[in-house]
Amino acid sequence: MNAGTTDIADIKMNPESPDRLPSKILGLDARFIAPILITLILLVGQLSFGILESYPKTVLAILTAIALELVLGKVISGKLPHLASAYISGISVGILIRSPFLWPFALCAAISIVSKYVLRWRGRHLWNPSNFGVAAMLFLAPWAVASLSIQWGNNIWPMLAIWVLGSIIIYSLRRFHITLTYVIAFLAFSFLRSQFTGHSFLAEVAPITGPMYQLFIFFMITDPKTTVRSSKWAQCVVAFLVAAVECVLRLGEYVHAPYYALFLVGPITNVIDIWWLSGRTNSSRDEVATAAS
Amino acid sequence: MTYLTKVLLALLLAAMLATPFVLRKIYHEERLAKADTSTALDRYGFYFEEVARVSGVDFVHTAPTLDSKLDHIMPQIASMGAGVAVSDFDRDGWPDFYLTNSGEDSLNALYRNNSDGTFSDVASELGVANVNGRETGVSMGAIWGDYDNDGFEDLFVYKWGKPELFHNDAGKGFTRTTDTAHFPDWINANTALWFDYDRDGLLDLFIGGYFRENLNLWKLETTEIMPESFEYASNGGRKYLYRNLGAGRFEEVSERMGIKSNRWALAVGAADLRGTGYPDLFIANDYGVSELFFNERGTRFLDVGATTGVGFAPKSGMNVSFGDVMNTGGQSIYVSNISEQGVLLQGNNLWMPRAGAASEDLKFDNVASNFNVELGGWSWGAQFADLNNDGNLDLFLTNGYVSLEPGSNYWYDFSKVTIGNNTIIGDAKNWAPMDNRSLSGYQSKRVWLNDGAGRFSDVAPVVGVTETYDGRGVAVVDLWNRGVMDVIVANQRAPVLIYKNTVRPENKWIGFELEGSASNRSAIGTQVIAFWNGQQQVKEIHGGIGFCAQNDRRVYFGFGKTDKVDKIVIRWASGNTQTLLAPELNKIHKIIEEART
Repeated sequence: MNAGTTDIADIKMNPESPDRLPSKILGLDARFIAPILITLILLVGQLSFGILESYPKTVLAILTAIALELVLGKVISGKLPHLASAYISGISVGILIRSPFLWPFALCAAISIVSKYVLRWRGRHLWNPSNFGVAAMLFLAPWAVASLSIQWGNNIWPMLAIWVLGSIIIYSLRRFHITLTYVIAFLAFSFLRSQFTGHSFLAEVAPITGPMYQLFIFFMITDPKTTVRSSKWAQCVVAFLVAAVECVLRLGEYVHAPYYALFLVGPITNVIDIWWLSGRTNSSRDEVATAAS
Repeated sequence: MTYLTKVLLALLLAAMLATPFVLRKIYHEERLAKADTSTALDRYGFYFEEVARVSGVDFVHTAPTLDSKLDHIMPQIASMGAGVAVSDFDRDGWPDFYLTNSGEDSLNALYRNNSDGTFSDVASELGVANVNGRETGVSMGAIWGDYDNDGFEDLFVYKWGKPELFHNDAGKGFTRTTDTAHFPDWINANTALWFDYDRDGLLDLFIGGYFRENLNLWKLETTEIMPESFEYASNGGRKYLYRNLGAGRFEEVSERMGIKSNRWALAVGAADLRGTGYPDLFIANDYGVSELFFNERGTRFLDVGATTGVGFAPKSGMNVSFGDVMNTGGQSIYVSNISEQGVLLQGNNLWMPRAGAASEDLKFDNVASNFNVELGGWSWGAQFADLNNDGNLDLFLTNGYVSLEPGSNYWYDFSKVTIGNNTIIGDAKNWAPMDNRSLSGYQSKRVWLNDGAGRFSDVAPVVGVTETYDGRGVAVVDLWNRGVMDVIVANQRAPVLIYKNTVRPENKWIGFELEGSASNRSAIGTQVIAFWNGQQQVKEIHGGIGFCAQNDRRVYFGFGKTDKVDKIVIRWASGNTQTLLAPELNKIHKIIEEART
């Protein structure tokens, strides 16, 4: 799964890598699974509850992301990229930000796409693109942009359906451990916060029951291109760290705590991961060279 | 990737990240500085002076103290009840006004216009002051309407509690007639209006519930009283439609007439939006979509919210007011909502009827952003009025929810719970304590001046509107019969404000005081259309409009420097039409409905 990143198929993985993804799920190309799921979520939300502020805003975000991806992909790599990733970026932006204006949807989608071409180290981009775009907009343009901060409807069943469906798909993509770690950590930190603030445990848990978190948990923190690759355990540690930093930010009453937490933790852990993996690769090369000599 | 490509891409990203700062310069309307009255008059053609105290109006609204189970969030629950309703109750030709209070044992006020620039509270003397108490509930608002067509406006007070109806005894006193009307013992109502939906010449009554009617907020058996969702809640109070049977008797017909809703109603307005001669009904709901009901010639109401476009995207509706903002003869609908920087940007709605559509296919587009009336704050009451008599309808909007400790902020804890599932948000005990923190407090009011070309500009500080009390009900009224629109603002837990208007004298105006004969005598539902200089403007008399408010029943138009008005057409609520050719300007005309023409 990825949220506005590059192609899942682009990931060159060895069979032992935690990022090794199945090429097909339910007979479908794995790259289509995430777009299908997020589109389903959007359609259910829109047709049932009219979650979108307007169709033009979401369409604008999607088209901007796809157009930029096509242009940058062609200019930089010389070939047309697979568009699943850009589609997810656009649709995530269209759902996650709220604004009375049109331009934030285009700008946020554009920042998301461009960021992954610019903010790279040793061939890997450091921030989840949608997270970077949304966090940047929330931080830089609070007068024009807010985040999705309401329930879709008042019925628990659509929410449960999305959680179950999302979990099944995430499991089949072998990234459920990340989601599970984050959720458990969030619940534990909610308990800690409730002890610290004196507020009810349910008040602290409340945010994770909202649709924003469904996208955050299933599409952002599990993004293969911007999660660490050292091991499954490392991925779990990162998910835990995101929840921990989010907890600190929540105690500081930052409304957009999850976005900012991933924005802070993601690149730091990725840099460490890249450095660690390159070290291992170098030592393997040395061993091979030594053996050969 | 070449080095040059990398640099160019980095510059592109930097430019994108800088874009919000550039756009802020373009979009952000700098708050204008205060100015002296001559500057305001010169620049905008009018200015206000706040004159409540010097006019003898020292009313201060108080909030109730509800069940102790709500103590931790009491300020946000007990956050409504400051209403204002205008009427010349004694028919002396000078408009008076009624103010609602909400503290237990607090008194409502009826300010009689002394016609010398001052007012006197006669509510206690006339028997309409003492209606607030723990056992019978407290006032949320009031509306005037002559329900028995005896020529004197009667008073209906809606409450979180027992609604009350008072018959006006020829302006000399009031008799409580609630029991004859057979209203329910308890409604947690936040809105109501008089209108003659079936055109039988008798005023009917709509009441909109907010909290469920089975909740006594002073004696709660449960804390599960909150909305089940922040934008999709339908666990609020029911709606009541009382058909006037005459002789002070009413029949509840809401379900039979097709109005069945448990959304959290905060404001209602009735207007003939389609030219059918029958008033349609618009309800602004908190925690959900707005509702629009087309009136099928008095036989049934059709729920057309979704199909007309006004009832699809849910927000936090708190106001309904109608205005012909482009002088086209069509009424747009203004609904106020919540906008808090960086947290929640619902934006207010200005629903403009789509041109050319047949009445049965009427659709509305939200043009609030284009017209620059979208972002006000945590917005409440609003009214359209031509504040400078230049021929264009301007907009007065109040903002601010709960002003407690200055600089403090409850928004994080508020938003934490409002995103929660219904089992969490719906139970008051899950809400974090407010601890004296403000929630969108100390917000400025907006005085949006219409340039006539589809753009409004906020001139509030320049024209003298600088108070930051938590405004609720707003009423516009020519308090001193000068042909200008003064503004009364009822503030929650704060003094009432009276903005006395001074308008550039060369701007012409005309006023109409209407009395129905075949129509209800209050002429509620009657439309007046002014034609001049190739344009037209429609206005309608309302039996309650805005948020917990009612304007002067008299209808006014401004015409700028125009010397002559082509004609005035009066479409009476009964269906009768009357035309006045080139009526005299700068005068209030008293018109009694003629026989059918």
